[in-house]
Amino acid sequence: MKISLLVIFHLVFSALGCFAQSPADRGLEIAIEADRRASGFGDLTAEMEMILRNQEGRESRRLIRLRTMETPADGDKSLTIFDSPGDVRGTALLTHSHKTGDDDQWLFLPALKRVKRISGRNKSGAFMGSEFSYEDLGGREVEKYGYKYLGEETWDGRECFVVERYPKDSENSGYSRIVSWIDLDEYRVWKEDYYDRKNRFLKTLTLREYKLYQGTFWKAHWMRMVNHQKGNETDLLWSNFSFSTGLADRDFDQNSLKRAK
Amino acid sequence: MTEVSRITAAFIILLVQLFTVPGAKAAELTGSAAVEGRFFFHPPLHAGQKYHDSSLALTAEYYREFSMGSSVTVVPFARLDSADPQRTHADFRELNFIYPGEGWEATAGIAKVFWGATEFVHLVDIINQTDLVEDLDGEEKLGQPMLRLSLVRDWGVIDGYLLPLFRERTFPGKKGRPRSSVVVDTDQAVYESGVGQYHPDFALHYSHTFGACDLGVAQFFGTSREPSLLETTPAAGATRLFPFYPRIAQTGVYLQMVRGEWLWKGEALYRSGQGRDFFATTFGFEYTLHGVPESSMDLGILGEYIFDDRDETIATVFDHDVMIGLRWAANDAAGTEALAGIIKDLNHSSISATLEASRRFGETMKLRLSGYVFADPDENEQLFSLAQDDFVRLEAIYYF
Repeated sequence: MKISLLVIFHLVFSALGCFAQSPADRGLEIAIEADRRASGFGDLTAEMEMILRNQEGRESRRLIRLRTMETPADGDKSLTIFDSPGDVRGTALLTHSHKTGDDDQWLFLPALKRVKRISGRNKSGAFMGSEFSYEDLGGREVEKYGYKYLGEETWDGRECFVVERYPKDSENSGYSRIVSWIDLDEYRVWKEDYYDRKNRFLKTLTLREYKLYQGTFWKAHWMRMVNHQKGNETDLLWSNFSFSTGLADRDFDQNSLKRAK
Repeated sequence: MTEVSRITAAFIILLVQLFTVPGAKAAELTGSAAVEGRFFFHPPLHAGQKYHDSSLALTAEYYREFSMGSSVTVVPFARLDSADPQRTHADFRELNFIYPGEGWEATAGIAKVFWGATEFVHLVDIINQTDLVEDLDGEEKLGQPMLRLSLVRDWGVIDGYLLPLFRERTFPGKKGRPRSSVVVDTDQAVYESGVGQYHPDFALHYSHTFGACDLGVAQFFGTSREPSLLETTPAAGATRLFPFYPRIAQTGVYLQMVRGEWLWKGEALYRSGQGRDFFATTFGFEYTLHGVPESSMDLGILGEYIFDDRDETIATVFDHDVMIGLRWAANDAAGTEALAGIIKDLNHSSISATLEASRRFGETMKLRLSGYVFADPDENEQLFSLAQDDFVRLEAIYYF
């Protein structure tokens, strides 16, 4: 009779296994769905004002334009053009992000008309002295993280999935983990908590003013990153989103970097 | 210079015509104004030189884009210098019309082009003449009149250049500092070509990215941008140097490669027509330490080597030198950064050191400090004439 009891036990547990996904699988599933909903835009252009605010409340501003294009098999290609402050005007950054391995990055220096290769490893570095790092702003390929589903929670009046993700490239990422609040309805991110490499609470990103484009793509027009350790914060105010503007590979090569205006 | 001003006038007329064309999309005027002081540590070696000089520089940039994607860029530059009349000068850095096609692009007018990969010495870069009175580092360039056709293909970009007018290198005058012990008399420039600066030059350039590697190959046929400095002693009067510009053929190759935090860079050239044929190469690395522990700072270490096989009679400061540099970026809101470098000649005793640091104040101001120290120069070396010319340069730049 012992054998049949074991068989029953085995059957019961494998049935439970079918229903209850592991937190890792559930987290990945949510990330894949969020990525699926955000993908397929082809290409887009947008403008952004970046407002840096230090502890004393002193502000400094940057104006940046962005062009991004999806590639079928790999990460996005993007071109970032700086319009202000004056000393960096005309500087442009070209990024070919990859699903695995380092991204390719080139910097155009307008004073010398020079294109410089830069190391794509610089993920944790501050972007333009702001509280956003390159990895915060860069493409969020699903493959670059491991996931863990933490549960559901109401945040700011919205039912949200709470999902934790871990950078796979732990050596170059500035984070040990990132916790995201993603709404159940549209899979939009509303809040993210960032923990530094020593697992100390580092930053919080909040996103607002989502607008729907082409009936499919939700874009936040207001983002704020607060650095709890330094007491500084950075706002990103997005505007002028245009989709399917006809950008092609040739708009994201070294030659286009020299012509970026 | 009359020919230059005639060409300039023709362009201005062309531009005025273009501006009245309907369908212009966007136009913008930006620029910068800089106040500069240079302070020398030692008494001057030559009569007329001073301990300090101050100057004013103005750069404006007018850019206008048209509906079909073509654009006009005009970048006038002018400097007023208190000490050296040769440093008081004006130039069109850019004055061009760009027409983009499907897979090709044409440029007509005065433009600036950079070829190269390394940080300390730019061997392969040849299209634009060096504006040497601006800075010793050779990175300031004069605008070059050109017709350029670029073909953009999946296998790379090919640029063809026709350069109808040669620009002479600028040199500090008698009161200029730092300068060579014998003044270079730029009014007495001599050309190999009978038509002087009107002999057209040609260049072809190919560039492409192969994975982690960017490659550039260039062929140039034309007047050497780097003059041979020849000495002459007239029957009456002092010895003087005059620039001699021969016709040369130069093949150049450059390469930059990324591997993790390491960047590998190299340039090489082969030139014939200026003395005996010679070969020169420079190569090195840049290693970046991102996010120095517990901070957002970046620290970069640079190492480069240069070998130049040319005739002793042709002046070059770098023949067999090693350069070490340290690049620091605070990654703060003010964009504070610094670059320090040491250049050591392996054949002679001389060492020179440079420092460059800058910081932004508000959104429109920037302070930049740079300095040069020339230590222990060998008497046989070009640097010897700079022995007394250690200096710091402070610039306050306002952007509009």
